[in-house]
Amino acid sequence: MTRTLSQQHILTATNSIDTESCAEALACFHCGTLCRGANVALDDKSFCCHGCLTVFEILTASGLADYYKLNEVAGVRITAAAVKDRFNFLDEPTVRERLVDFSDERLTRVTFHIPSIHCIACVWLLENLFRLKPGIGQTQVNFPRKEVALSFDPAQVKLSEVVTLLTSLGYEPELKLSSLDAKPKSKAARRLWIQLGLAGFAFGNIMLFSISDYLGLDAFAGPLFQRIVGAISLTLSLPVMIYSAADYWRAAWTSARQRLLNIDVPIAAGVAAIFLQSCYEVIAGIGNGYFDSLCGLIFFLLCGKLFQQKTYDRLAFDRDYKSFFPLSVTRKRGRTEESASLSQLAIGDLLIIRNGELIPADAKLISGPALIDYSFVTGESEPVGKVADDYLYAGGRQMGGAIEVEMVKSVSQSYLTSLWNQDAFHKEKGEMLNQITNTYSQRFTKIVIGVAVGAAVFWVFVNPALVVKSFTSVLIVACPCALALAAPFALGTAQRVLSRRNVYLKNPYVLEALAEVDSVVFDKTGTLTAAGGGSVTWHGPALNETEDRWLFSMTRHSTHPLPVRIGEAIKRDYFPEPVRSFLETPSCGMEGSVAGHEIWMGSAAWLMSRNIIVTNSSGSVVHVAIDGKYRGYFALASAVRGEADRLVRNLSGRVRIALLSGDNDKDRERFAALLGQDAELRFNQSPLDKLAFIKCRQHSGRTVMMVGDGLNDAGALRQADVGVAVVENVSAFSPASDVIVAASMVTRMSEVLCYAKQSLRVVRAAFWISAAYNLVGVAIAASGKLSPVVCAILMPVSSVTVVAFACGAATWFGRGVSGAPISKSARAMPREQRAGLETSAPTAAEVQP
Amino acid sequence: MIVILLLIPLSIIIAVGFLVAFIWAVRSGQYEDTCTPSMRLLLEEKRHPDATAVAESEPGLPIQNEKEQ
Repeated sequence: MTRTLSQQHILTATNSIDTESCAEALACFHCGTLCRGANVALDDKSFCCHGCLTVFEILTASGLADYYKLNEVAGVRITAAAVKDRFNFLDEPTVRERLVDFSDERLTRVTFHIPSIHCIACVWLLENLFRLKPGIGQTQVNFPRKEVALSFDPAQVKLSEVVTLLTSLGYEPELKLSSLDAKPKSKAARRLWIQLGLAGFAFGNIMLFSISDYLGLDAFAGPLFQRIVGAISLTLSLPVMIYSAADYWRAAWTSARQRLLNIDVPIAAGVAAIFLQSCYEVIAGIGNGYFDSLCGLIFFLLCGKLFQQKTYDRLAFDRDYKSFFPLSVTRKRGRTEESASLSQLAIGDLLIIRNGELIPADAKLISGPALIDYSFVTGESEPVGKVADDYLYAGGRQMGGAIEVEMVKSVSQSYLTSLWNQDAFHKEKGEMLNQITNTYSQRFTKIVIGVAVGAAVFWVFVNPALVVKSFTSVLIVACPCALALAAPFALGTAQRVLSRRNVYLKNPYVLEALAEVDSVVFDKTGTLTAAGGGSVTWHGPALNETEDRWLFSMTRHSTHPLPVRIGEAIKRDYFPEPVRSFLETPSCGMEGSVAGHEIWMGSAAWLMSRNIIVTNSSGSVVHVAIDGKYRGYFALASAVRGEADRLVRNLSGRVRIALLSGDNDKDRERFAALLGQDAELRFNQSPLDKLAFIKCRQHSGRTVMMVGDGLNDAGALRQADVGVAVVENVSAFSPASDVIVAASMVTRMSEVLCYAKQSLRVVRAAFWISAAYNLVGVAIAASGKLSPVVCAILMPVSSVTVVAFACGAATWFGRGVSGAPISKSARAMPREQRAGLETSAPTAAEVQP
Repeated sequence: MIVILLLIPLSIIIAVGFLVAFIWAVRSGQYEDTCTPSMRLLLEEKRHPDATAVAESEPGLPIQNEKEQ
């Protein structure tokens, strides 16, 4: 931030200080961020940075000022300074080809994922994009997916220009290698809708035609009418059998071949029995069959399928390392810089890595002292300083100024990639889908077949005419529709309840594994300790308020995580004072003069090199000297999440707790005290150590839940029976996992485990309800008296009761899972979350304007 | 009651009409995103001049479906 800005801010501050609420007046008109430091004013509006001001000017000039009417402070904070030609690599044919959906000379269509879409004004602005640049055609926003589909004329606009425009407005598309791979499948969902529509259509119409049959209306009882109705019913249910029920046939066939008796087998058998029996009745002219029940059955089954298929489009549970890499990096060619996609990089290339950017391949540092944050890869909590010629591993994030590195390994052979290519990381998890239903349905199927055969044998001796009818009737009634619906609806409801609490399950059946968990393993950094916000304590003679303000003003100018945290900790309602001759020496410290006083803040070694006697200290500290006189130091401790003790208390006794950390053991005593004596604590764990630990636990017969956040936990998350990824905001990256949980809910995991158990109990109760219905039905059927009316009533009623019970009970128990505020929809998204969206890439630089 | 022989085919034809409309709606992607249109409704209608023309000329192909079809 330049000094002129600071001074400008002071002017604005004094102007507005007489208005009652400074904070309000200083909220950025565009994005609503409090302009704590330097702000920029235009007319009576203030802006937190030039980026926001620029967007405001662009929008007002193009007559798009309505943006601000739709949602006050709708804007997205402009964080990264625009780098010219940054997106030029997008115009290379290979990259471009993989990004666009469709292209010819006249028209190009492309779909971007834009994580910063958050309100109705975003939708409006993005759909009015054509007014900002000629050549851009129709744009269409998909709000839940946070996607924009847009078309443009390639003759007038280049792809890179479109992306640059979006980025300049604060809507930077997420361009990642993995997004270049397979596009999400929406075809399956569409197919299910059509199957459902078809079944519903047949169900409703056949019921309408059967009304006369149900009511026994004589006027319609003539043989001609009966035959017509029978023929129509048969015709209508044909497409249902062929198209709507296709998945059940296939599934039943597959499991029959594998000699598995899962739920699909009795369903398919029941459906086939109903259909054949009904066809026989219609063709032989005996009656009209049970086509209504048949179509109703399939309709309800498909409803259950649709309900459980709800996925969280914007969350990705199966990310691999590619998702963490940028799509392009800045490569230095002679004296010029260019954007290059990762696939074009070769060993020996010189790369420029700017503040907050990721190192894509193992490399050697050429120039600029580097400060690399490896927390995501290794779990170390503090960034490490590196000097020229040091070896840098891929996956580290540079904090501070730009550095120049030389690639020594190709992207595909770097540390991070090789970590992922370990076999263990690719191990497929055992199928845990719908275990509970299948276990029950196995017993159930055996009983049903037993009863059907028994009834048939009985009637052979008593009345042979009823043999076939009673056999098929039992199969018809016992068709485990309600049984098949219990788990999807109960667990699906539980999944929704949890998602409202910011706990997202990969699929409803994760709850089955969750209910079994008897061993919980935590990662330390970012999981039990909160990223960033730790305690900052001052050691030394107390500072007076003026000095405090000077130090605060200093910290405002740094992007290093330590000063940023100190600044956050000591800020009150200070307005920063202008800092002159500010100079930051990476991995040493910073100096500057505030109100005529020379201030030095930095490492012990750096201050000692300036002949200052420094108090001995350990851990992360920042020493301070004012006017060449030592004043003391700030000590920064990583903060254990509030309520972590409550979590441990709730978990202990029920599960075994362990802590695995990639960090050093400086916090051992603290965590030993927190987690209790039984807990196992291990420090300095490599990703493979963590993986091995989980495996070991599993070998001793335990069901393990791993809670972690970084790439260093990726293998362990994958290996664990339930992998829980902790994220500061849900649209940020997370390693592949079964559950994604917002950081604020980590301490509520004990309630989540408890709820998982309860919802499994709900499923079992629903099974008993469905079994009770079946018992009644089977009793009627075995006596050979099943009429279409009884069948048509019994089947929907049993399904509806089971569904209502499953949803109701799961919601009822869900009240117990309290915690973080519920975000009803993005429109009503609380401020903190929006702030989270704005800084979707966790770089310290973005904390600072 | 002979009129029933006329009414039944009529009712089926109408019902099939609705079924076809439903299938068209699904195939054209209207069930992909049920949230944004509700927001769009509240916005002022100032769409791209070509937008309506595009929508009319290829009703089955809203822009995100090009590749799949």
